[in-house]
Parts: sequence; structure tokens; C-alpha cells
Amino acid sequence: MAKVTLVEAITLAHNWEMSHDPDVLVLGQDVGRNGGVFRATQGLQEKFGNQRVIDTPLAEGMIAGLCVGMAAQGLKPVAEIQFMGFIYPAMDQIVNHMTRLRNRTRGRLTCPVVIRTPHGGGIHSPEHHSESVESMFCHIPGLRVVCPSSPARAYGLLLAAIREPDPVLFLEPVRIYRYARQEVEDNGQALPLDVCYVLREGTDCTIVTWGAMTVESLKAAEELARQGISAEVIDLATISPIDAETILDSVARTGRLVIVHEAARNVGVGAEIAAIVAEHGLYDLEAPIQRVTGYDTIVPLARLEHDYAPSVARIVAAVRATLS
Amino acid sequence: MSKKTAAIDIAEATRLEMYRSQYRLREAEQRAFDLFLQNLVKGTSHLSLGQEAIAAGFATAMQPGDLTFCTYRGHAHTLARGVSVEKVLGELMSRDNGLMRGKGGSMHLTSVEHGVMGSYAIIGAHLCIACGAAWRAQYQGKSDVTTCFFGDGTTNIGAFHEALNFAVIWKLPVVFVCENNLYMEYTPIKDVTAVAQPAADRASAYGLERILIDGNDADVVYQTAQKAYARARAGEGPSLIECLTYRHSGHSRADPAKYRPKGELEKWKESDPVKTYRARLLAQGIKASVLDEIERVVKAEVDAAEVACKASPLPPDEIMFTDVYADGGCAWRN
Ligand SMILES: Cc1ncc(C[n+]2csc(CCOP(=O)(O)OP(=O)(O)O)c2C)c(N)n1
Ligand SMILES: [Mg+2]
Repeated sequence: MAKVTLVEAITLAHNWEMSHDPDVLVLGQDVGRNGGVFRATQGLQEKFGNQRVIDTPLAEGMIAGLCVGMAAQGLKPVAEIQFMGFIYPAMDQIVNHMTRLRNRTRGRLTCPVVIRTPHGGGIHSPEHHSESVESMFCHIPGLRVVCPSSPARAYGLLLAAIREPDPVLFLEPVRIYRYARQEVEDNGQALPLDVCYVLREGTDCTIVTWGAMTVESLKAAEELARQGISAEVIDLATISPIDAETILDSVARTGRLVIVHEAARNVGVGAEIAAIVAEHGLYDLEAPIQRVTGYDTIVPLARLEHDYAPSVARIVAAVRATLS
Repeated sequence: MSKKTAAIDIAEATRLEMYRSQYRLREAEQRAFDLFLQNLVKGTSHLSLGQEAIAAGFATAMQPGDLTFCTYRGHAHTLARGVSVEKVLGELMSRDNGLMRGKGGSMHLTSVEHGVMGSYAIIGAHLCIACGAAWRAQYQGKSDVTTCFFGDGTTNIGAFHEALNFAVIWKLPVVFVCENNLYMEYTPIKDVTAVAQPAADRASAYGLERILIDGNDADVVYQTAQKAYARARAGEGPSLIECLTYRHSGHSRADPAKYRPKGELEKWKESDPVKTYRARLLAQGIKASVLDEIERVVKAEVDAAEVACKASPLPPDEIMFTDVYADGGCAWRN
């Protein structure tokens, strides 16, 4: 078993699936010869050729449209969008066609597409390169939105996403692409989509988070433990559709909920989670729900970016607030 | 623009088939309009009255297995691939006997078994999607060719240019067909386009031949299509074909088309593709009785379709919640 980073795990998952399924293709800007901006597809073109790893023109709408056409014909394209801020030209294809072909044709045409894109900031790249606009996509029926937070989950969830018969937006937390190495068995085992992963058990407060914020949340849980507070940390993993049961079960035990996300607060996914718990778990709550989020502004330049994203201190303070 | 009058190098059976096809499209679209006036077609739809020669000419030149991508103005292209009038009218009427059993509607006609890979109501998007389909043919070494129909207005959106560029780079087996009916909805195309011929004058930017044809002449359309298909099947890449035509009705059902200058419609009706083709066949020595018989059979199909559609039940209301995800439902969590 090899110890790999999150981005290396993504390469491994591509490699496994392309080796076992000739219908799987990779496309995007610079994904072939260069292996992508973050080298997530490194070595794939050499191995599988330029017909299966396609260096596309700079045209995100075209990339997404190609995916729709390929997928409706039985192929399984995996497209890379270089940064989440560049995904907007592809919105028409994603919203109007990729996620709806199945519906309007009663399943005669389907779109098993994966669109991968880096998620969030923290790597000193200005605004468009630091976007975490998942809530825009969670509003789209027919789309799954997935965000792994460790090498093992990146491997297993990407395999699951490629095998999924519906389109999946696969968000890769850029800040932790190379944050830690973890043993990942390259055995083609997918992990379940549509379920949360409990990363740390606790009894006093539930922290629900995803992506790079799992790291801050786990650090906050450590700090809270030192202060005698037991926090449970849940990685949402599939941001849409939300696994409400796992969250509600946890809140039923802890009585408190803090939601942590890097995205701006207004109509963020945290609002949906809070609403689910308000609708189905209100009487379990012993304190108001807290949200620790990015601010309702544009992600700032490098100097201030760490003030934008939730910090360990802000998470600790929010958990303490639910207990006070 | 070439104005051939007699195309004797097209087999008689093919010419008769093209007449049948055009007549059928005309009758079916006219019937769709009648049903609309009876309030049996809800919502809008976009007819191809006057543009039949393009659908008939291309579809006749296609081979089984070839793929068609349409816009919202897609009834004619769907019918021309052999989908029954009943299935198309049923879909327009949201009936259970419709092509998508009342779920897709006029703007989303799809029939995979006939090669109709969907109708797309967002301008430009399906040119990129068609490239994906053609790319699959190339990747799998298949010989099918994809044809993508769109309007003149579509040539000004980015997707048109992105798709052409990509198709040329990969020499994809795709044929882009611009039906220039002079209007982008209500706006004359010349008022909003940098060049006189919105598609043909852009071809050179992608290293493609400039092809501008009389889209009201099924013979010309058919021969142009054949050339493009031969080129695509030989691995020589895409074609961009601009067909000049004119729609006899408004843009959509609700459009009385008052913005057209006086006399314009009348002038174009002189080159009504169905009527001129009939006259040509007669001049070529085909007996009127042969054409009358074609018309009788077509009318019978359309009449029977109307009866069947009116008798067909509506699909259940639950279809609102079906087929959002692969499990068949729209559950928040499968
Ligand atoms: C992206 C987008 N913008 C606007 C519309 C609304 N719309 C529908 S048809 C149309 C005109 C298209 O003209 P053209 O491409 O010439 O096709 P025609 O209707 O003449 O066949 C417009 C503006 C749309 N469907 N999609
Ligand atoms: Mg037009």
C-alpha cells in the first residue's frame, strides 16, 4: 500500500478506472501533456493516448457540451475545469442539458459525466481561483455534488462518481491537495456516495463540514478536547443530496450543531443543513445552531485569505457559544 | 447560391421520397397548427412551415444509424427521420402516446431508435453536444455521421464558434446545417451580424469551404448533404452548410410575424419548397396520379394520427417527479 496525497489519489482513481473501463475518458485544458494545473491527470495521456486523454481548447462550455454528447452516447467522460471560478461558461450545459436529459427523455438519454474542479482557497490565488460556490450547484436537480477531504475518500469517491449513472460535480479541496499523505489501497474499491463520514466521535456538539474545512474542524475538535469539550466531526462528503439521517442522529446525541464551510454564508449549504435540523430535529437542540463560514464578500488577495476562511479559533468559539 | 431546376442525376425513387417527406412535414406541421387553434396543443411550439426541403433533403441523404440533433424547431427533422406523425403530435399535445409520453414536449423531441438524439431549446448548446456524439463515432471507429441543425441567429453565440473549432481540430464526422430563415426570432439577422451570410461567411475562419445553398430546393439540399456525408465518412472532417430559406409562419405559435416587410412572405411563397418540387416532378414527367397517391397516403397518416392523439389519455401527473435521477425518481436522497 502506498502513502499518497489527495491529488495523487485522484490520479490513481483515474488510472484504475481507465484501465478497467474503455468508456472512461478524460478531457480538459492541459490535462494531457501537462497532466493538469495540479497534475491530477499526470501520466494518463502517455498511458492511454490522446484520444482518451484529450487536451481541449480553452472553452469550458465546449468541454461540458462534449461531455453531454459523449455521455449520451454511452461514454463516461471525466472533465477537469482548472479552477471553480472558470466553471461559469459551462453552466448552460450543466444546468440545461447534463442534468436534465434523463428527465425530458424519460431516461432514453443519460449523462454519466464527472466534472472535477478545485474547490476553495488558501493557496494565494486571487478570487476566481479560490471559489467555493457549491451551493449554486446544489440547487440543480439531477446533479450530485461531492467533495472528498482525504486521500482515501478522494480515491473511493472519485471511483464512485465515475461509476454513477448521473452527473457528478466533484470538488477537490485545493488547499489540502498535498496537505497529508495517507495509505490508499489501489484496489478499485469505491466508497458510497450520498452518505456522510463521521471523522471523530463526540458527545457535546456536532460539527458538520466538508472539504478543506474538515482539517480546521478536526484541529478545533482537538483544541476543544483539551478544554474538556467533546466535539463530533462529520464530513458531509456528498454535499448534494445531503445525508440528513447521519446529521440528525448525531444532533440527537449531542444536542448542538455547528456548521463550518468555506463558502460565503448567505444561502450557503449551511443554511440548508440548518433548515433540515430545524425541520426534523428542533427538539433535540439545546442551543441555537451556529454557522462558521466565509464572509459575504469576494475572496480577498493572499494577504487576507486566511482571515476569510473559517479558522480554528472561530470554530472553537462557535462550539463554545453553543455550550454557554 | 446555385439554382438548379432539374436534378436528373437523382434517382426517381429518391425524388419521390423527398416529395413524400416534404409533403408529410407540411401536412403534419399544418395539422399541429390546427390542433393549436383547437386549444389542444398547450404552450408554445415552433413550426418549420416553408423550411421542409432542408429536413427532407438531409434526412433522405442520411443512412440508418446517422444522428440528428435539432433545435426547438425540430418537428420536421424528427419526422423526416421516420418518427410517426402520431408520436410527434401526441407529444405536442402532452399525451401518453407521444414520443416522450408527454414529458418532453414540442421543444424536446427525441427518438433514439431513429437517430434523433434530441431537440435542444437553448441556442448553441447542441452544437457542442453534437461534437461529443461525433467524437464517439470517431473514437469507436464507427461510420455514422452526426448532423446538427440550427438557425441563423445561432451563429452569433460563442458555442457555434467553439463547436466549429473543435470539430475541425479533430476532423469530426459532423455536419453543421444553418437554416437561414432571415430572422433571429423577430430581428432580421442582417441587423445583428457582422457578415452578410451568417454561417457561410464564417466558414473560412475555421478553414472550411464556404457553402451557401438554396434551402428551398430539396434536390440541391440532398446533393449538398450527400457530399458532406461522403466527406465525413471518409474521415475528412466537418462541413458547415448555410441553407437559405424562409418560415411561412411566425417564430412561435404566439407570433403573428408583423415585423416582416409587406410582400416578403408572398415573394418567398413563390419558391414554396413543396409546391415547386411538385411542379418540378410533373415537369420531369412524373404522373400527377403518382403524386396524388403519395398525398393521399400522407393525409391518411396525419388524419389517423389526429384521431389517435385525441383519443390518447394524458400521462399521470406523477411524471413531474420521475426520471430526475437514475433510480427513476427525484428523491432528495436516493
Ligand atoms: C441562449 C438562448 N437565448 C435566447 C433564446 C430565446 N430564443 C429562442 S429561439 C430564438 C431565435 C433563434 O433564431 P435562429 O437561430 O435564427 O433560429 P430560428 O428560430 O429562426 O429557427 C431566441 C432568441 C434561447 N432559446 N436560448
Ligand atoms: Mg432564424
